[in-house]
Amino acid sequence: MKMLKINNLHASVDDKKILKGINLEVNAGEVHAIMGPNGSGKSTLAEVIAGKEEFEIKKGNIYLEGEDLEEMAPEERAHKGIFLSFQYPVEIPGVSVTNFIRTAINESRKGRGMEDMPANEMLKLIREKSQLLDIDRKFLSRSLNEGFSGGEKKRNEIFQMAMMEPKLAILDETDSGLDIDALRIVANGVNKLRGKDNAIIVITHYQRLLEYIVPDFVHVLHDGKIVKSGSKELALELEEKGYDWIKQEAAV
Amino acid sequence: MDLKDKLLSSFLAFENTMDLNHPVHEVRSEAIKNFEEKGFPSKKEEAWKYTSLNSLQKVDFSIFPKQENTLEYKDIKKYFLHEIDTYKIVFVDGVYSSYLSETTHDVVDVCLMSSAFNKPMFRPVLDVYFNKAASKDESLTTLNTAFCREGAYIYIPKNKMPKKPIQILHLATGNEAALMLQPRNLIVAEQNAEVQIIERHQSLTENEVFTNCVTEIFAAKDAIVDYYKVQNDNNNASLVDNTYISQKDSSVVRVHTFSFGGKLTRNNLNFYQDGERIDSTLKGVTILGEKQHVDHHTLVHHAQPNCESHQDYKGIFGERSTGVFNGKIVVDKIAQKTDAFQQNNNILISDKATINSKPQLEIFADDVKCSHGCTIGQLDEEALFYLRSRGIPKKEATALMMYAFANNVLESVRIPELKVRINKIIASKLGVRVGFDEL
Repeated sequence: MKMLKINNLHASVDDKKILKGINLEVNAGEVHAIMGPNGSGKSTLAEVIAGKEEFEIKKGNIYLEGEDLEEMAPEERAHKGIFLSFQYPVEIPGVSVTNFIRTAINESRKGRGMEDMPANEMLKLIREKSQLLDIDRKFLSRSLNEGFSGGEKKRNEIFQMAMMEPKLAILDETDSGLDIDALRIVANGVNKLRGKDNAIIVITHYQRLLEYIVPDFVHVLHDGKIVKSGSKELALELEEKGYDWIKQEAAV
Repeated sequence: MDLKDKLLSSFLAFENTMDLNHPVHEVRSEAIKNFEEKGFPSKKEEAWKYTSLNSLQKVDFSIFPKQENTLEYKDIKKYFLHEIDTYKIVFVDGVYSSYLSETTHDVVDVCLMSSAFNKPMFRPVLDVYFNKAASKDESLTTLNTAFCREGAYIYIPKNKMPKKPIQILHLATGNEAALMLQPRNLIVAEQNAEVQIIERHQSLTENEVFTNCVTEIFAAKDAIVDYYKVQNDNNNASLVDNTYISQKDSSVVRVHTFSFGGKLTRNNLNFYQDGERIDSTLKGVTILGEKQHVDHHTLVHHAQPNCESHQDYKGIFGERSTGVFNGKIVVDKIAQKTDAFQQNNNILISDKATINSKPQLEIFADDVKCSHGCTIGQLDEEALFYLRSRGIPKKEATALMMYAFANNVLESVRIPELKVRINKIIASKLGVRVGFDEL
């Protein structure tokens, strides 16, 4: 069964059509990159999969492991194993990184009919995953995203992803605002989370991130549609030629 | 007989129990005259436009509790900040409870107004400070002054600091069907003295209680006073709190007001800056539901140059609750280089909840920095989506965001255990499962 299957997806916000017929299939164990110029609908696609309610699905379906997501709230999708790493993570003053992740994990477990994770198990998991991302203890007791640098915010997103162990992780512009060292740490963390049972969709404007997180497939989004798909070499081609030739090809 | 008449006739009986030769006698007599003339404030007055005391005036309050009541510490422990060692001044139905209190005369005085009134050794302090900051013409303040007899008396001499924070707790047992209380507190921090005080009014039953409290706080040069008001009373308790603060050069006074309950709460918080380089801080978190009502009336009077004031009030209003914020800042002509900041942010989480917010700036100096901001709104949808995408259901995500919204006022709370306690009250009030024990 496909991890993710998107069928002729049309989505609008305030009657403005943004996604105009997306088809995409992602199998467990695969990493897909979605590239495209600004305004092509990349972030919308990510947010629609995660269940953002301001978008209206006009046509088409999204299936996670064969289950139609249409009627599911964002939190239910998270309980099913979808994780979206935000381009602009939100600041939550007064709630520490640790307390937030504990709340997220236990609410997700509750959603799946499970008991809270025992404190010692949580502690062990936090230690393990924070080491993976080179995060120190002090960071964990800071208020979530408050006063974090761009790099810290992104690293924290990947830390949460590591903690929640999603089936399908969508990384929305995770490379934006990162210097090369931060990029390497974040990419390294993502790579360690790759496995045969999960899938990752990397959304990016630039090829740079894909040098570190090497995709199995690359898709180019333009004007709400996937206009070209290929192997990782496609990303290099885009880097070299820019997006104009894609736009021209699409216009033909 | 309405409450005003009852109070006026009770005053005669009250006076008979007092020493008529005491200098305070004259103060009381003047005060009752003012109250007799003005009576309870009505909604026709601008300052009371959104808060009505009408229904309270129809209640047959007992003004002097008849019996002495005793309580077991274990039954009221939860109303104390019991995690840390503190001095305690505890009143049960307006009467001092020595059993529940822990006072001191070691270096500092933490004791009772009744002692201060009756013992000659306190006379010099009373002569200088008593009723010097409190209004002589605001009717409820003068009503309190007329009946002043008991309350907390705290005196911190020059360069001293009590060993531990001080808690003032006013308990109402409900042994009277309806009880009116009028505590009177005097707090003096002399030059370079420092003190931390936590105050709470708590009714133990659903019987009606009306408290009209006056607190005077004096901070001399370089003194630091931290005052925390915890208002989480039950639904038949009404409180009018009149706090008057007078500050001298380079003193710091911070008042935090946490309003989470009560039927009607009116906070009249008045700062008078009588010196230079003064720092005044007024912060509050209000979280209301049901038909609760809280009215914050603040006044910061900048009467000298080079002073600062910082105001930050956050309110969350649910169900049919109503809130009022009226923040008045006066900057006298000579008060140049004043830096006055005022912020009031509100979230309405029910269609039936109301907030009236009004900044009121009267600036007569021309070289000042005064800023004010007021917002009334709903929660940020983008942030809500972020939390939900992490598996946190809408209800919990909403609560968590409100918690975060209120939380940044807590940063300036200087007693860590109090901060944790307030955090827990806020979390339980909002129904969030946020643990505070760091892993």
